[in-house]
Amino acid sequence: MEKKLMKGNEAFAAAAISAGCRYYFGYPITPQNEVPEYMSRELRNVGGHFIQAESELASISFIYGAAAAGARCMTSSSSIGIALMQEGLGSCVVCELPCVIINVMRAGPGIGAIQPAQADYTQVVKSGMNGDAHCIVYAPTSIQEAVNMIYHAFDVADEYRNPVIICVDGMIGQMMEPVIIPESRAVIEEKDIEKTKPWALCGHRNRRDRNKINSVFLNQYELEDRIMNRLLPKFEKAKKELPEWESRNLEGAEAVFVAYGSTARIAIEAMELLEKEGIKVGIIRPKTLWPFPDAAFDEIDSKTTKVVISVELSLGQMLEDIRLALEGRYPTALINRVGGILLSPVEVAERTKAVLGGMK
Amino acid sequence: MKPVFEYTQGMRDKETHYCPGCSHGVAHRLIMEVLVERGELGKAIGVSPVGCSITAHQYLNVDMIESPHGRAPAVAAGIKRVHPKAQVFTYQGDGDLASIGGNEILHSAERGEKICTFFINNAIYGMTGGQMAPTTLIGQKATTCPYGRDLDNYGLPMKMAEIVSCMDLAVYVERVALNTPANIRKAKQAINRAFEVQKLGLGYAFVEILSACPTNWGLQPAKAMEWVTRNMIPYFPLGQLCCPEEVK
Repeated sequence: MEKKLMKGNEAFAAAAISAGCRYYFGYPITPQNEVPEYMSRELRNVGGHFIQAESELASISFIYGAAAAGARCMTSSSSIGIALMQEGLGSCVVCELPCVIINVMRAGPGIGAIQPAQADYTQVVKSGMNGDAHCIVYAPTSIQEAVNMIYHAFDVADEYRNPVIICVDGMIGQMMEPVIIPESRAVIEEKDIEKTKPWALCGHRNRRDRNKINSVFLNQYELEDRIMNRLLPKFEKAKKELPEWESRNLEGAEAVFVAYGSTARIAIEAMELLEKEGIKVGIIRPKTLWPFPDAAFDEIDSKTTKVVISVELSLGQMLEDIRLALEGRYPTALINRVGGILLSPVEVAERTKAVLGGMK
Repeated sequence: MKPVFEYTQGMRDKETHYCPGCSHGVAHRLIMEVLVERGELGKAIGVSPVGCSITAHQYLNVDMIESPHGRAPAVAAGIKRVHPKAQVFTYQGDGDLASIGGNEILHSAERGEKICTFFINNAIYGMTGGQMAPTTLIGQKATTCPYGRDLDNYGLPMKMAEIVSCMDLAVYVERVALNTPANIRKAKQAINRAFEVQKLGLGYAFVEILSACPTNWGLQPAKAMEWVTRNMIPYFPLGQLCCPEEVK
């Protein structure tokens, strides 16, 4: 496989096509426009379909329809556009329709700023959807990791029959890195959909009962049954099987950073700066945000660690999950910037020293 | 003995939840009869709206999905892209189609999506209990315009068939009514033409079906039919707004 220098957003699109995605529906929004642009250029060359939707409401509805029809499909957007998709996403969850959504985060609230932020954490992880719904959320730190996660996400979506969100920030979407796009997978042909996805809408051909995909329940006991006996077991299975993380330097660490996405790269550089000054810091990098990798926090060195620090581009949205995972075992602190401002390694290092100084 | 009339196999053996005198039952049955007669029941996929007919899949014997409010044309277009030979249709009411789903309907028409839309216009919100719709007539009372719809506040009722017919790729647009046996027969012909347009891949097909909602109008079923004749048809004139040569 050839290593190519690619822009993040373009590599995401290429990875989806390699994974067998042949349907993309999306609406322009900065900083993810290269995803629909790439799809509009490339999908037709592999017999796929691209539609520029009239709005994000329509994008997610196209997805809802194409996923119900049994296709591998994807949309992408950014923050406020993802907010517009919440109703449709919830419909995909309750109807158990597999699909992949890329969120290239920008700053909010409101129209906000187009610069990178991580303030969609609550929206995607806790879910802005009404009802008891979860999307599976991956948070890559590099373009290559994003590519691998997107490639894998279509399988996870199919296995769990649930939407999967790839949550990156504008920095990863907009930068360029050398990347290997995995080999193209075979695409399921239309005629084979009814075999591989017997629940999908294909027309009953007078051979079976009609399929129905419903999100309204006239009998509330049926809805409770759907939530308790179909969604909940799936969410519990996801919590057992899907959490992924990377940890470094936890042994003997005085402080432990928790950071994801582009911020994890900055935190790792800060960690190296601090090490030169004789301050030992470790890092836990969640690769999945939902399910959150609670077990990662059991690896913290209880003999040396004084504080667990969330390094994030939001007002401590992830810090809440860290505290839940820690169950009071360690004090916590927050090092953050918001509004589209990135942290620098020097700033993180200096603020870490201040946190540690304040604890003595 | 040869049966002269049979229950269509397009309808499932289930009593509907619709009120007495509601037009949904008639509209459902016409669409299903057409699909059966065309031999296309097995290749049809329906999209139901938010509204009284959201659970139309209880009655219609075709693969179906419920759409988020107003988004049925986008959902249908997504399905059609995956199954280009299927007969994909949306079944939508006036709140769903003309109000919250106004954008989707216009863009689907303008893209010339090869789907059919059956638009049930009964000039009121049904399921939520009789609120004003974009198609509520001037002076008509609803629970959110208890003194009658007034021009100053809400302007004029939307003529969706005329609006959709402005889109060049909405190649077949007709308005029909379910108020008399003669009009019901014409409605069935219109539904058939819409599916033929889709089968031939000519473009988007839109049939507006003037319907009665006796419960929310506060009228007896027979009076409700008269109300369609007397009040709706003069404002929403029946007939074809456009029709391709191939299906005339």
